[in-house]
Amino acid sequence: MTRPAVTVRDVHKSFGKTEVLKGIDLAVPSGSTTCILGPSGSGKSTLLRCIAFLEETTSGIIEIHGEPLGFADTGDGGRTRLPSSEIRKVRARIGMVFQQFNLWPHMTALGNVTEALVTVRKMKRKDANEIGEAQLARVGLSDRGHHYPAELSGGQQQRVAIARALALEPDILLFDEPTSSLDPELTGEVLNVMRELAGGGMTMIVVSHEIGFAASVGDKIVFLDEGKLLLDGPPSEIFATPRHPRLQQFMETYLDRGAATLL
Amino acid sequence: MSLDFDLIFERLPEILSAFWVTIWIWVVSNILAVFLGFGVATLRRYGPRWLDLLLRLLVEIIRGTPFLVQLFLLYFGGPFIGLSLDPIPAGLLGMTVYSTAYYSEIFRAGYNAIPPGHVEAAQCVGLTRGQIIRRILVPEMTMLVLPQCVNMAILMMKETAILSIITVPELTLVVGAIGSQQYAFVEAMFLLALFYWFLVELSGFLGRIAEAKLSKFRFAHS
Repeated sequence: MTRPAVTVRDVHKSFGKTEVLKGIDLAVPSGSTTCILGPSGSGKSTLLRCIAFLEETTSGIIEIHGEPLGFADTGDGGRTRLPSSEIRKVRARIGMVFQQFNLWPHMTALGNVTEALVTVRKMKRKDANEIGEAQLARVGLSDRGHHYPAELSGGQQQRVAIARALALEPDILLFDEPTSSLDPELTGEVLNVMRELAGGGMTMIVVSHEIGFAASVGDKIVFLDEGKLLLDGPPSEIFATPRHPRLQQFMETYLDRGAATLL
Repeated sequence: MSLDFDLIFERLPEILSAFWVTIWIWVVSNILAVFLGFGVATLRRYGPRWLDLLLRLLVEIIRGTPFLVQLFLLYFGGPFIGLSLDPIPAGLLGMTVYSTAYYSEIFRAGYNAIPPGHVEAAQCVGLTRGQIIRRILVPEMTMLVLPQCVNMAILMMKETAILSIITVPELTLVVGAIGSQQYAFVEAMFLLALFYWFLVELSGFLGRIAEAKLSKFRFAHS
């Protein structure tokens, strides 16, 4: 068996006295799409942010292709913090897409996509632009390179954000509720891009409320509840009836908010 | 009794030179204060905790006391601690220190107004802290705080009049003196008001041009 792209071992995370993650174990196979579902406050975004090293875990180990992220196991049950150069190196293999897009408003779409290539990878502007234009084309925005974020729709902004993450050729892409701040009509264009990426063999971890997307694109569904990993398996198994009562309840409240009554 | 502005305009060369003093002190002190204020806000954000507290105390003292009193203390009290300054350097220093405190608060608010996600996105693509400050925070903050900076600069333009009390030969001192010597005090004050108004409108106009140029970078909404 090949080594998982992401390994999460007994990860705990507390904010002050509140324990948000209560011992998570997870293996994300390379080239697969893992969808993390769960009610608000279940810790799904926190888990994703820990994998992006935007939050530091309180205990436990996260490995990216076998390399420890942030903290390494000392072998005697403890862990030690790795130097920041080491952290940046491992982190470079991960791309992150946010709910709020987080494009830099003072840069054009192309500027956003090429920023790290020029500033971090020290590429020549011309070479970086070539990559940037190719990535924008990949998300269907080749004609929007010179637009500023404020001139783009939400769906376009999110696709630029995906292109920005792709430009660095990450092994793993993380999505934190990528469609939650979009108008319903604009979610489709973002989900389509994600579908294509999944089809192309990108390793993706997606925190989302798009159950339909999770069921159709996800190779693996993870259901979190109150900081614990309640379910972990392929969608055919997870969504098969009879469902786990907690998942059933979650799906019912989810449908209550939506169009269930219209069906 | 009628107003006679010729009494003032007879002394035009003196007025022009005072006009020049006002402008250069205003421009130089504001440019210095913008950079220093940015430095103070940045040190308070990224420096050690004790430095933040120290700078905060200084900013609070400067903001909590009248500019007039500060100038008096600097000019007349300075010699007691070995700081004997001529009027112009004292005025320039006083203006710079006073506006630095205010600019630093504008920049501090600007830092706080940048969505944390913009920094996280930069961390995720591997930018170092220095690169994040240079490439992301400073440009974003500039467009956020520009209106307040223009406002501050306009306020400071009018504050230059206070420099007259430590005999800086700027507009208020010179035109006021001419008014007294020529027995045309009302005319002098009226012209003074016009001068300042002109300068304020001019800086407001330049500020609006800059804001319009930056408006395309305005924050995107989802």
